[in-house]
Amino acid sequence: MLLKELTEASGVSGNEKEVRDLIISEIKDYVDSYKIDKIGNIIAYKKGKDFGKKLMITAHMDEVGLMIKDIDKDGFLKFITVGGIDKRILVSKPVLVGKNKLPGVIGAKPIHLQKPDERKRALNIDELYIDIGAKSKEEAEKHVNIGDYAIFDSDYVEFGDGLVKAKALDNRVGCSLLIKLIKEIKDISFYAVFTVMEEVGLVGAGPAAFEVNPDYAIILEGTLCYDMPKLDTHLIPTYLNNGPAISLIDRTTIYNRKFRDKIVEIAEKNNIPYQYRKTSMGGNDSGKIHTAKEGCITTAISVPCRYIHSTASVMSKKDYDNTFELLKEILLHFEKGEI
Amino acid sequence: MDTKLFLESLCKSKGVSGYEHHLQDTIISSFKEYLDDISVDKLGNIIGIKKGTYNDEKNIKIMIAAHMDEIGLMVKDIEENGFIRFTNVGGIDPRTIIGQEVIVHGIKDLFGVVGSKPPHLQEPSERDMAVKLEDMIIDVGYPKEEVEKLVNIGDTITIRRNIKNLLGSRIAGKSLDDRAGVAALFECMKELRNIKHEADIYFVTTVQEEVSMAGALVSSYKIHPDIGIAVDVGFGSTPELPKSSTIELGQGPAIALGGNIHPNLRRKLVEIAKEYNIPNQIEVNPGPTGTDARAMQITREGIPSLLLSIPLRYMHTSVEVVDMEDIKNTGKLLAFFVASISRDNLEGLLCY
Repeated sequence: MLLKELTEASGVSGNEKEVRDLIISEIKDYVDSYKIDKIGNIIAYKKGKDFGKKLMITAHMDEVGLMIKDIDKDGFLKFITVGGIDKRILVSKPVLVGKNKLPGVIGAKPIHLQKPDERKRALNIDELYIDIGAKSKEEAEKHVNIGDYAIFDSDYVEFGDGLVKAKALDNRVGCSLLIKLIKEIKDISFYAVFTVMEEVGLVGAGPAAFEVNPDYAIILEGTLCYDMPKLDTHLIPTYLNNGPAISLIDRTTIYNRKFRDKIVEIAEKNNIPYQYRKTSMGGNDSGKIHTAKEGCITTAISVPCRYIHSTASVMSKKDYDNTFELLKEILLHFEKGEI
Repeated sequence: MDTKLFLESLCKSKGVSGYEHHLQDTIISSFKEYLDDISVDKLGNIIGIKKGTYNDEKNIKIMIAAHMDEIGLMVKDIEENGFIRFTNVGGIDPRTIIGQEVIVHGIKDLFGVVGSKPPHLQEPSERDMAVKLEDMIIDVGYPKEEVEKLVNIGDTITIRRNIKNLLGSRIAGKSLDDRAGVAALFECMKELRNIKHEADIYFVTTVQEEVSMAGALVSSYKIHPDIGIAVDVGFGSTPELPKSSTIELGQGPAIALGGNIHPNLRRKLVEIAKEYNIPNQIEVNPGPTGTDARAMQITREGIPSLLLSIPLRYMHTSVEVVDMEDIKNTGKLLAFFVASISRDNLEGLLCY
C-alpha cells in the first residue's frame, strides 16, 4: 500500500532521497515530464486539456526528525532536532539511525533514581541521547557518522474505525494524494510538485514556484488536529472524520477568499464534507508559493492528523477519501473553466 | 527453544502485575522439557522442579526466582469521545508514556496511541513541564459506544513494543525487567542438563514483584527452601548516572552485597564465579533490596538469600537495554553455584 510505503520511508528535511525515489518510481509512467530541480524538488508535468491557466499542486516530501551531532566517549549518540519536535515525545522511543537504519533507543533515567521533582520537568534535548548498543566510541563510529539523520521507528498501522497510525503523515498523506491525482486525473494539465525542506522553513517551495510560475496553487497537507474531550470548540483546529480542512489563515499565508469560497461551493454542491482549519498557528509551502515572482492564488487543503510531528500520528481514511473527492471536483471545475 | 527467541516472545506478550496468566503457556511449554515437574500456585506463580541426585526427604532445596510481571497501565475511565483515561501499575515515569503506542487488553487487544499535543499549539511555558499521567489520553480510534463494548474499567494496558536488536548481543524492549531474569532461569536449567547437582532446584517465575512481592512471599513459604536466590535486574550505567551507583552492561551478573544477602553463601558464589571464569561484578545494596530476595529473606523463620542482578539500562521504560551475554553468564553462574551445594557443605556455608 502506497501510504504505508511512503510513511515508512526515511525523509528528514534535507535527506528526502528515499521518499523522492519512491515517488518518482510511482509517477514516472503517468506524467509527461518530470525533473529533479537544483535543490531536490520533483517538478512533474501532466498534460491534459489546456484551460488557459497554470495550475500547480504541491506536497512536501520531508518529515521532522533528528540529526546526530556527536558521539560521546562511551558510544552514545547526541542529537539535534530537525523541524518542530516537542522534546517531550522523544523519551523512551525507538529510532533508526542513518542510511542503514540502525536501531537505537532514546532511554531515560530509571524512576527509582529520580527525585520526585525531576518528574515534573521535561527533559531537554541536551540531556537525551541515542543508545545503539555500542560498547565504545570506536564501535559506534564504525556504524554512525556525525550528520547522519535519524527517524522515528514507527510502522504503518490501521486501527479503530478506519484510522491509520504512522509517522510522517505530515506530509506523506499529501504526497500520497498527489500521486493518486497524477495516476487518476487524465483530462487536465497541471504541475505536480513535491518539495523538500518544508519543515525547516519552506525551503523548497520558493524555487519550485519560481520555476513553474503558476496562476493557481493547491497545497496538500496533513494538518493539526486536536479534538480533545472537554476542550472549547474554538480551540479545536480540526476534527478527525469531519472531512478535508480548508485553510483560512496561518503564519505564512492569508488565503485567497474567492478561491476558498469557490472550493466550499464545490464541496457543498457535491455533498463532500469539509471543515475550516480554525487556527492561525503553523504554516506551509503556500507562504513561499503565493509570493513567488508576481504572486499567485493559493489554497491549502489538508487531511486532519492527530498527534502531528510525533512518532505516532493518526488520520482517518474517510478524511483521506473525501479530500481526494474534493480535489477531483476542483480539477473538474478548472477544466470547465469555472474557476 | 533458543533463549533469545523465548525472551522475545515473553516481552512481546503481556503480564502487568496481577495479570501474569497470559505468560503461563509460553513459560510452561518452554521450561517443562528441562524439568521433572511444573505447576501453578494459587497466586499464579509458576513453580518448576528439577530433582537432584538423591531422592529422599532430606534433599536440599534451592529456590531460584525471577519475576514475570511487568509495570503497566490500567483503564480508569472512558471519555465522551471514546478516549481512554488511565493510571499506572508499578513505578512509571509519566514522561516515558507520552506519544507511546499501546495495546489495551480489553475483550480483545486494541491498538491505541497515547496522544500528544502538536508543538504548533503549545504555549512556550508548557514545553518545559512534564505532562501528567492524568492529563494523558489513549486514542483507540472508536467512538465511546464501541469502546464501552470492548473495554472495561480496570483492563490493563501495555506499551506496544517489539524487541529491537542493537549492536552486538544487546537488545532493547519493554518488560526486560524482569523477563531477562526469567530467561536466565531458562539458561540455568539448560546448563543443568549436563551438570550433576544434589539439591532439588525450584525454578519459580513470580507474580506481582513490582507492586508487593506477593508472589515470592507465598511461593517461598510453600517451597520452604534452604537457600533462596532472586534473579532480577540492576541499574546499568548511562551518562546521567554516577558510576558508583550503577553496574556495567556486558560484564556479567552483579552479585549483590548487603543486609539482604547471606554473607557466606555470597562468598561461595564469588568463588564459583572465579573457579569457572564467569565475569561478574559487585552491586552494593545495603538495605532491603526491593526484589524477591527481600521477600524470601523474611519468609517463615527466615531464608538465607542471594541476589543476582542482570545489568539493565533505562529501567521501567519501554526501551530497557540488556546484553544477552549477561543473561547467559547469569544462567551459567546459577547452575555451577547450585551444583556446588551439597549435604556436606551446606551447614558450614549457612553458619555465621
